[in-house]
Formats: sequence, structure tokens, C-alpha cells
Amino acid sequence: QAEVEETLKRIQTHKGVIGTIVVNAEGIPIRTTLDNSTTVQYAGLLHQLTMKARSTVRDIDPQNDLTFLRIRSKKHEIMVAPDKEYMLIVIQNPSE
Amino acid sequence: MPVTHKTLVKSKQGSNAQSQQKPLAAKTAKVVSKKKDEDDGTEIGEGGDEWMHGKTLIKPPDQLDLTEAELKEEFTRILTANNPHAPQNIVRYSFKERSYKPISSVDQLAVHFFLEGNLLHRDSDEARRQKAKQGLPDEKATVVTETEDEKLETPLQAAGGEEAGDVEEGGGEDGAHSVDSKTGKKEQKLTNQFNFSERASQTLNNPLRERGCQTEPPPRASFSATANQWEIYDVYLEEMQKQEKNKEKAKAVPKKEDDKGKKKLTLVETQSDDLTKVAKVAKIIERMVNQNTFDDIAQDFRYFEDASDEFREQEGTLLPLWKFQYDQAKRLSVTALCWNQSYKDLFAVGLGSYDFTKQGRGMLVFYSLKNSTYPEYNYPTTSGILCLDIHPDRPYLVAVGFYDGCVAVYNLKEERPEPVYKSSSKSGKHTDPVWQVRWQKDDMDNHQNFFSVSSDGRVVSWTLVKSELVFTDIIKLSLVGAVSEGPEGVPPPTMACGTSFDFHKQINYLFLVGTEEGKIHKCSKAYSSQFLETYDAHNMAVDAVKWNQFHPKVFISCSSDWTVKIWDHTIRTPVFIFDLNAAVGDVAWSPYSSTVFAAVTADGKVHVFDLGINKYEAICQQPVVAKKKTKLTHIEFNPVYPIIIVGDDRGYVTSLKLSPNLRSKPKEKKGQELPRGPEVEIAKMEKLLSLLREPENSKA
Repeated sequence: QAEVEETLKRIQTHKGVIGTIVVNAEGIPIRTTLDNSTTVQYAGLLHQLTMKARSTVRDIDPQNDLTFLRIRSKKHEIMVAPDKEYMLIVIQNPSE
Repeated sequence: MPVTHKTLVKSKQGSNAQSQQKPLAAKTAKVVSKKKDEDDGTEIGEGGDEWMHGKTLIKPPDQLDLTEAELKEEFTRILTANNPHAPQNIVRYSFKERSYKPISSVDQLAVHFFLEGNLLHRDSDEARRQKAKQGLPDEKATVVTETEDEKLETPLQAAGGEEAGDVEEGGGEDGAHSVDSKTGKKEQKLTNQFNFSERASQTLNNPLRERGCQTEPPPRASFSATANQWEIYDVYLEEMQKQEKNKEKAKAVPKKEDDKGKKKLTLVETQSDDLTKVAKVAKIIERMVNQNTFDDIAQDFRYFEDASDEFREQEGTLLPLWKFQYDQAKRLSVTALCWNQSYKDLFAVGLGSYDFTKQGRGMLVFYSLKNSTYPEYNYPTTSGILCLDIHPDRPYLVAVGFYDGCVAVYNLKEERPEPVYKSSSKSGKHTDPVWQVRWQKDDMDNHQNFFSVSSDGRVVSWTLVKSELVFTDIIKLSLVGAVSEGPEGVPPPTMACGTSFDFHKQINYLFLVGTEEGKIHKCSKAYSSQFLETYDAHNMAVDAVKWNQFHPKVFISCSSDWTVKIWDHTIRTPVFIFDLNAAVGDVAWSPYSSTVFAAVTADGKVHVFDLGINKYEAICQQPVVAKKKTKLTHIEFNPVYPIIIVGDDRGYVTSLKLSPNLRSKPKEKKGQELPRGPEVEIAKMEKLLSLLREPENSKA
């Protein structure tokens, strides 16, 4: 368990990472490094998007599953890694 | 009109005794007959006479004259139904009595008139057939006529019983019609025509009452879900798993309890449990983040091919890619490198120290190319690691040799940081540092085993039996041609110190051992005390000896005496010698070509040679570390990708990409297919060697 904490810490302190959010299966953020309103917004929107993406992938082939989702925008990149129970969202600025 | 006749019959012999009432056909014949005795024509006359009686009597001339007495005679006339023309004496032959017998009854029927009519009875077959042919229109007509007749009927019936005859007739007709109507329609009520009155009455209608009752509606809950392809699939999977669980019934009960316990836990302790499940996801994210940061390196690794190689003739370059370092390993130097055969991006780094004075702890670290900032696995050890080897078939087993002479086996699948097996002083550990370990093929009992060589002069085979390491001394390296330099009668050490070894790729029992004295011994697993061959290789300790990946006869050796030598094991002198101007730490053959190899030196340079291109010089000599003082200690080629990893004595591992010139394939004549495969490589090497075996003059 300490390993996981360490990993998350490393991710947070990695170059260019703006924030990390851990979201549970219902879309409620559990852990975050951003402020509350941003967190809630990100969690809600990305949760829906991830569910949709996952549904799409699995509809095409039920034995397949979504591993991760990257959304690269002009300003930064949002990376979502879904799991059965949790979802990890990281916002990074890759060009820094 | 049928008229009944009454006849008085006087029986007479030979004539009909009975008068029969014949079935009437169309008409009946009125037969007037008289006695046959008086068959004369006077009867007409008499009748005429009677008739003419009122008028004047005119006697015809030929009239009989009768006396008055004769005139008053009464003659009886009988009317019989006998046919006067019918014969009275028909006789038939009887075979029984064999004589002619008169027939008792003679047919008395006289047909006066016969006419074939064309009327059919309506119920006869022919009539029905005709009806069927004509079909419905007739039926309707009959219905219409019947309805009309019904109307006629009713007034007739209403007339009452007075006109019996007419009503009878009407009734008869109506009877006929009603028969028709019966057949045509459903049964109508047969009413008595004479005495019928319809009288209706109405019963009391019971008052209607409505009574209802209502139950309580069942509790409802609204449920919504989506039915997708994958949801169906998930449910099926769950079902399958449930079934499998049910099969193992013994575990079913405690599992249920566990589930309940877990549920409780998740409800109450949501904070502490969650993070362990995030582990996998966190790992993925970390890799993604790293990929973003080192995006250009990843792209280079994959796609970059140095274009300037075309202009450089035969030389190549090494493009630096990732650099792997671990804080906790800063003071240690890389003592061993090994790529994992199954996971092509995973490699192991052994950290320790070559310095005799600075012996301390060590570390076993695994890195993946996907994450260059943090190792995948790391195991701290008490003693410095000097060598390691990853099992080719079981990529989770790692054999490690330590500076203190122990060997250990780590299982990466297990969570604990200690090794699974470790040799101890009881179980035959080496007394000197272990310089090289190598996994072997499983022995006959399917136990994994590996070999180790150490400075104490022993080559030992270790077998993993259950939970122990069982050792077997394979060979003891003895000094060949011992030079008695021992001071003051101290017996010279009879054991050589092995510093490296390598097993032949194809011939399993054959292996080479390099010693500290600079000799290379060719040994066999079968012979424990004798060497097959000894080569005077170097002046200093042999740091590495490696068989060629393709050619079965060639091996390479390097030493701190600045040289790299290539040998053919059948020849006692080296085939090639290269002087690299600095102590050579390690040398490695490339996996893709039999003529390419790389060496690292203490001055921080990597030298890459391709004997197919240039037999005397390196085609690439490149410093790869920033500080010139760092010595490069190890080098390994990746089995699949065109990269090499180089370890140095500061604990860093640098990965470099080989430029295309360093990976050149032999050019074939145009039009021919490029042959691939190990045979080509062998042939290439063979060609080189054959050139050398020829006399020196003919060197190209």
C-alpha cells in the first residue's frame, strides 16, 4: 500500500504534471491535488466520457477493455486510466 | 285421381280367384268385363236398347228375335278386374316335377297408355346431382319462393280449422314447402297450424349490483439498465465463474463469509482500502506520464534512423536514449546487466562494487524501457551483487551471485524482498566472489539448475530442489603449469580463480572458463578434473568470455590488458586481436549478426566492431558518458530492438540506439533474395575465418 502512495507521489511530482485525481466507480473524487470545484468538474465530465469510451470499446468486442484514454488539447493533456472500481486522472503539460 | 273400385268376384275355374289392386302407375284402366260365356256383341246393342228405350223402337233387320221369356231372363254381369286379353293358361316347365305346370297367377295388367315423364323426385340421386350442378341460384330462388310461400302459409293457417279440405291441401303444400325451408334454413319452430297462439311473458329481472375490491398494489421500484453486448458478456462470465466456484464446494462457505466481511470493510473503511486497488492504474498512469515527458526519446527509439549514416561510409553512431538511475543506488556500480528474454523491454541491473575496499550492500534492480525514472522491481541485498542471470524460460526466476560467495535465486512473482533460495556456508557456497552465474536447461527431474564460477576455483552446479539449493561441484580449476612463486616454501595456490564463463549455445556440455591468470579453459560437464583445452588468452584476468551466437566455433574474450581477442576453439591462437587503449570491461556479441560485437572500456567509450565490414578497426567508437572518469562496466544487446544498454561504475545505465550502419546486413547481388537466418551468419563468419586460414599473402 505504501508503494501505491509512493507511485502517486512520484506521478504528482513528475515534470509537467498539473494535478491528479482519484475517482471512484460512481464518479465521486476521492483524492485530488486540485481545488474542489475543478476537481468536481473534471471528475464528473471525465467519468461520463470514460464510461462512454469503455462502452464503445466493449460493444465492438466484449472481450476487449479500455486500458487508458488520452485527450490532448492545446494547453495540456488529460490522461485517464480506468479500472474496475477506480479511475485515475492526471493532467500534464507535456511540453514543459 | 285415384278412385277405388269395388268388385264382386265370382270364382270361376281357371280364371283369377282374386282381384288384385294393381299399383297405380299413371292411370288405371277401367276394366269392364263380362262373362266370357256370352261373348257376343249384343251388349252394346242392349245398352243401346235401353238407352233408346224412351224413344221409338226401331228394329234393325238382323236383330235376333227372342221370346218374352227369354227377354226377361236376367243376366248377371260381373265386373272383374281381369284382363280379357290375358291368357289364362300359361304353362311353364318345372324341372323339379319334370312336367309342364300351369302358372297360378297370370299377370292381368293391361297397359293402355304409357308416357315417359321427365319429373324427378327431389330427394333422388339424380335430382340432387342436378341441384348441385345448378348450385346456389336455385337455392335462392327456392328461398324466395319459400318466403313467399310462408307468407301464404300464415294467412292459410290463420283461417282456422273451417276449411279443412283447403287447409289440408294448403297444409300439404305448405308441408312440402316447409320441408324445403327446413333443408334450406335452420330449423324453424314447427307450430301447430290448427291450434297455436303465441304468448310471451317476462320474468322479473333481478336488480343488478356491482361489487369490486381492490388489493394493495405490490411494492414497486423502477429499474433501469442498459443492455449492451458487453454487459451480456460480463453476466455470462460471472455465471461461468459462479459455476466454477460451485464445483469447489468446500471453499464456498468460507468465501461467502469473506465476501460479507469485505462488504463491511468497504462500507466502513473507504479511505484506507481504496489505494491498493489503484496500484495497477497508477502504474499505467506513471508510464503514460513518463512517455509524455520523454516523448522524443520514445519516438527516437522507435523511429529514428540516423540518415547521416549514408554519408559516413561504414561508420555508425550510437544515439543515446534513456538513462536509468536510481537514487538509492548512487554509490554503487553496475556489476551485471541482463535482458529478459520474454519481456523485451525489461532488464535487470545488478549493483555492487568492484572495489575490494569498498564492499558494502548491493541491489538488484529491474527497469522497463517504458518507465525510465523508477525501477519496476528492486531488491536490496546485504552484499554486493557481481553477476546475475534471468532464466530463459521462466522470466520470473533470477539467479544472482554475490561478492561474499553466496548465490541466490529471486522469484519476481513473489512480493517479499528476500530471495527464494539462498546458499549458505553449509550448503557449499563459494569462498570467494561469484563472478558468473548461468541458468541451464532443466535437468531430468524438471528442476531448474544453474552454474556458477568463482575465484575459489570451483565451477558449481546448483539445483533448485523444492526449497533448497543443492550444489554439485562440476569442476575444479587447477593451475596448469603451476609456477611455483610462492614465497618461502608456501605451496603455490593450486586452484585457479575463475572470473567468467560461458556455455556453448548448441553443445550443452561444452563451456569456457576464463581465469584470473589470463587463461581460458575449454571444459566439459562430463570431465571434472580435466580440461579439454587451454588457451593462453591474456596477460591479466579474463573479464568476459562469450561464445558467438551463430557460429559454433568462435568465441570472444576480453581482459583488462586492453585487448579483445576472437578465437576459433579448434585453434590455440586467436584469430583476431584488437587493442582498445583502455581496460576492457565487457564484450558482447550482437544477436542479429555473427560478425558484430561491442566492447566497453574504462575510458567511457563503446566500441562497435563489424568484422564483415572492417577487420581491423571499430566502425564506431563513441564516448557515452559525460564524465570521462566513469568506467563502463557492462554492455548488453537487446535481443529484439536495436539498442544496447551500458552500465557504468556510478550506478547509471544508459541505453543507446545503434545507427543503421552498425546493423548492416550483407548485401547480396541484385536480383537475388536476401537470405536470412543463422545459416547466413555462420557462412559469413566462416568466410572470414577461411580467409585468415589462407596464407597471409592472399589477404584482401
